Amino acid sequence: MLVSTNWLSKYVDWNELSVEELAEKITRAGIEVDGIIDRSFGMDNIVIGYVTDCVKHPEADKLHICQVDVGGEITQIICGAPNIAAGQKVIVARPGAVLPGGMKIKKAKLRGEESNGMICSLQELGIEGKVVPKAYAEGIYVLPNDVQAGESALTHLGLYDQVMEFDLTPNRSDALSMLGVAYEVGAILSKDIKLPAISFEESSEKAQDYLKLAVEAQEDNPMYIAKVVKNVKVAESPQWLQNTLMSAGIRPHNNIVDITNYVLLEYGQPLHAFDYDRLETKEIVVRHAREGEKIVTLDQAERTLNGHQLVITNGVEPVALAGVMGGANSEVHEGTATVVIESAYFAPSSVRRTSKEVGLRSDASTRFEKGVDPNRVAEAAERAAQLMAELAGGEVLEGSVQFDELDKTAERIILSPDYVNNRLGMKIPMDEMKSIMDRLQIPTEAINGQLVMDIPTRRQDLRIKEDIIEEIARLYGYDEIPKTLPVVESTPGGLTPYQAKRRIVRRFLEAAGLSQALTYSLASPKDAQAFALETAPVTELLMPMSEERSVLRQSLIPHLLDAATYNTARRNESVALYETGSVFLGIEEDGLPKEVEHVAAVLTGKWVHHAWQGETKKVDFFVMKGIVEGLFEQLGLLERIQFTKATVEGMHPGRTATVWLGDQAVGMLGQVHPTVQNQRDLQETYVMEMNLRVIMETAAEELFYEPVPRYPSISRDIALVVDRDTSAANLQAIILQAGGKLLKTVQLFDLYEGKNVEEGKKSLAFSLTYFDPERTLTDEEVVNAHKKVLDALTVQANAQLRS
Amino acid sequence: MKEQLHELKEQVIAKIKDSQTIKELNDVRVAYLGKKGPITDLLKGMGKLPAEERPKMGALVNEIRESVTGILEERKETLEQQAIQEQLEKESIDVTLPGRPVELGNHHPLTRVVEEIEDFFISMGYEIAEGPEVEKDYYNFEALNLPKGHPARDMQDSFYITEDILLRTHTSPVQARTMEAKDGAAIKIICPGKVYRRDSDDATHSHQFTQIEGLVVGENIRMSDLKGTLDLLAKKLFGADREIRLRPSFFPFTEPSVEMDISCFKCGGSGCNVCKKTGWIEILGAGMVHPNVLKMAGYNPEEVTGFAFGMGPERIAMLKYGVEDIRHFYTNDIRFISQFHRAEA
Repeated sequence: MLVSTNWLSKYVDWNELSVEELAEKITRAGIEVDGIIDRSFGMDNIVIGYVTDCVKHPEADKLHICQVDVGGEITQIICGAPNIAAGQKVIVARPGAVLPGGMKIKKAKLRGEESNGMICSLQELGIEGKVVPKAYAEGIYVLPNDVQAGESALTHLGLYDQVMEFDLTPNRSDALSMLGVAYEVGAILSKDIKLPAISFEESSEKAQDYLKLAVEAQEDNPMYIAKVVKNVKVAESPQWLQNTLMSAGIRPHNNIVDITNYVLLEYGQPLHAFDYDRLETKEIVVRHAREGEKIVTLDQAERTLNGHQLVITNGVEPVALAGVMGGANSEVHEGTATVVIESAYFAPSSVRRTSKEVGLRSDASTRFEKGVDPNRVAEAAERAAQLMAELAGGEVLEGSVQFDELDKTAERIILSPDYVNNRLGMKIPMDEMKSIMDRLQIPTEAINGQLVMDIPTRRQDLRIKEDIIEEIARLYGYDEIPKTLPVVESTPGGLTPYQAKRRIVRRFLEAAGLSQALTYSLASPKDAQAFALETAPVTELLMPMSEERSVLRQSLIPHLLDAATYNTARRNESVALYETGSVFLGIEEDGLPKEVEHVAAVLTGKWVHHAWQGETKKVDFFVMKGIVEGLFEQLGLLERIQFTKATVEGMHPGRTATVWLGDQAVGMLGQVHPTVQNQRDLQETYVMEMNLRVIMETAAEELFYEPVPRYPSISRDIALVVDRDTSAANLQAIILQAGGKLLKTVQLFDLYEGKNVEEGKKSLAFSLTYFDPERTLTDEEVVNAHKKVLDALTVQANAQLRS
Repeated sequence: MKEQLHELKEQVIAKIKDSQTIKELNDVRVAYLGKKGPITDLLKGMGKLPAEERPKMGALVNEIRESVTGILEERKETLEQQAIQEQLEKESIDVTLPGRPVELGNHHPLTRVVEEIEDFFISMGYEIAEGPEVEKDYYNFEALNLPKGHPARDMQDSFYITEDILLRTHTSPVQARTMEAKDGAAIKIICPGKVYRRDSDDATHSHQFTQIEGLVVGENIRMSDLKGTLDLLAKKLFGADREIRLRPSFFPFTEPSVEMDISCFKCGGSGCNVCKKTGWIEILGAGMVHPNVLKMAGYNPEEVTGFAFGMGPERIAMLKYGVEDIRHFYTNDIRFISQFHRAEA
């Protein structure tokens, strides 16, 4: 909403303040003033000129040499506009003027001819092209002939004006009108406001004799008023009216249309003007459209209508899409003599739906959608009739044609000052509250210690006691509210064990060298299930904005791979990222997808990178596995996990493992399949993904202290030769089982295949540590235990001791 | 014999002084003072001397032995010193060479902001509540006083899955769910999470972003409590000398509703490019829980009141760290993420 402060002055006197101060007060009271536009843009030396002579430039087809009277002086100006002509009153920027675009006007020679200034279009004065009257949209602006050469053009165009840009919240539709703004400013400044005085002579003929009205769709149109004005002269509006509309961002058309727009801005009540003769039937019928019925709207677009859309018809065919846009067939034009003014209340939901369906949002529809003031419907029609009489020479027929079933009663709200103060944490006296209501011009009485208020229909946002609390607080001043802290039963606060573990997981992964990524939940259908630990029907958006973000993901890995590709393409060659986030699986009984929190990671490039000392190591499977193991160790679950070789689509078949927590598969890790790596422009890349929810919901072993050893331990190393496909985990399990309670740890410290080891075999070396917490072990005990281990290895794994 | 001894002494001393290493010195010791050395030999040969000379000669031999041993120890010390010096010189390094980097990862800047806010409220007795990202229209809108067809739904163009299910457009449904579950009991919660709106991604819009909201419900919760709480939060996030101001605003789920500005942390309020010359920066929206919201969740608004507030960690991070484009938070460029791990003060 654009609010011209000059126009505002007609209704409320705010002039003790600067515009900046006014805007600040309005903002602090609840309507945010986004900006202030000085429509003069600080321009100077812009005068009205009279073109006394205009000839073609001998050296340039498109230029004219004009002699211009700029007030007691005739000066030569070269003009390139197509519509320049002798006898026009025009806008002249004289040498020294600076235009809003930054152009400095200087004396110049154009193709050898002197030019002392510039004849301007409205756009050149900083007026937006879309509000410039169509006749002058492509050239200079021509002023009416009764203006004086030499006078300030800015004054004449009303450009010494500052316009406030309101950023209105959806509840404050009352401020979508100048009167509404005046009420607000009046309340803020404790000033009275001046409402327009409506009076005009009525013709002896009656509107009812000219027009019949039938409202069939009464629920969507509870009130409809039509007034008839005859003998109008359609012409350009007076300059003040055009200036006013342009200041509000509306393009002037002709006096009739401009008056309906002016009243829309003044009262917030959209009006429509029909050409009476073009209606043809002398009848207006408001009904729902017939399915498939067509209308060509004012913007010349043919629209096919739905059965629930409200239309104004002449009894035969639609002449307007109610509350949204008029029809071209009944449009007011130059030859219009008799006008029908429509003022109505259209149900917000109906207009909202129609405007959305046809993709048209107009100044009218935005107001109807929010609900116009029921008590202004009739008044606005009267106001328009008055202006048509004054500005278009029309004769207003007596009375109006109307249908009215609209409830116009005020809502009553009763509340006690204690209710207000208890909720604000303040002690505002009751008479202060009443005086605030008086400033808002809300009729209020204090009865038995209660405030009884009858809320005017213009403030449809005030419905419950809390709305009144806000009115009182905002006008009393939010700065006056003290700062306290809630007094409630004291609670410990804190993270749940699940939330605390999530932080442990994140901190561990970061300590391990991975950075946290944050990727989108919406994915493309082809990525939705790639690498997923578990798949279920994919959740799809009804109206996606793009294919790329059309379904919810079931794995975090695809987007992490995208992040890896993004980074490596920018020469961030080593990538170590993790993410925790939800995947979305199928549909649960309550209709929502099952959301499961996962953790995933991607590694590519170098893991150890300490170049000048020559220590550089690329990531490999075991780097990722170490991270996974470390994660389970942090969560107290390391003892319970196992890794088995796995086949997963998109993964390297020989370098992928399933992670088991007890007998449940909870995750996957490994190298991305080389083909997929190539498709994604990645070098060797490793990923992991785990079902974090299951892992974090699994309780860790209780943490008990284990005494620090007081007796020495004894280590023995063994090197074994086994078949190549014997797993290390299997050997380790055999060793641990056979070693008995004295054997504390087994550690693999060497793996070898090749020279000196038979084909199809491999050598593994383990270090075994024996220990008894109660005493020092004897050699003999260790030898015995160790022998059992060796025997078991030989029998169970066909292992040979390597010499 | 006496001369022989003196000659020997000179000889040994010369050898000691000639020794350049501990090993050479050791060889001299073994050669002269060892069991097979000339001094031992001399002592052995003392039996041949007349009895009266023996004590004198014995004393002399011992004296020479002691003196030689002393010189030898001295030399040994010198040589050891030299050896250490040489070793130190050899071991000298260029201390300006770069150290071995400790490879830590970073948390995401949004996590940093969210956790800072979580921890602040945890210290004041709040719990952290979470909820689903795919929500029922009921919890996302209806329970928050946004019935179907409500004009304010325009503010949040949503990603619907079905007519009744959508990606949540704010974290407020967690508040609605918590109130419903608490069944009339007092509440102090913070709800962080991902939210989604049907926006095209650009420098200031993201179809996915994060929110963090707070909710307090109980008897006698007043707007002044909201103001006091927000004041502490602003000082925690943006510095102890921050001032706040509340401006009336509108949200369907609160009444009265406010927007909170903080005094500009860059210019202190005098006006700069961060605060667009106003001295104030808009940080969050808040208000008293709307009676309809309380009613829908089973509370009696005549007896129980509450306040709620919500903010965007992206906006806070953008302001705090001067990030100019919201998309940086979601492209996961390592050069971006890696900047947010160190201490701020």
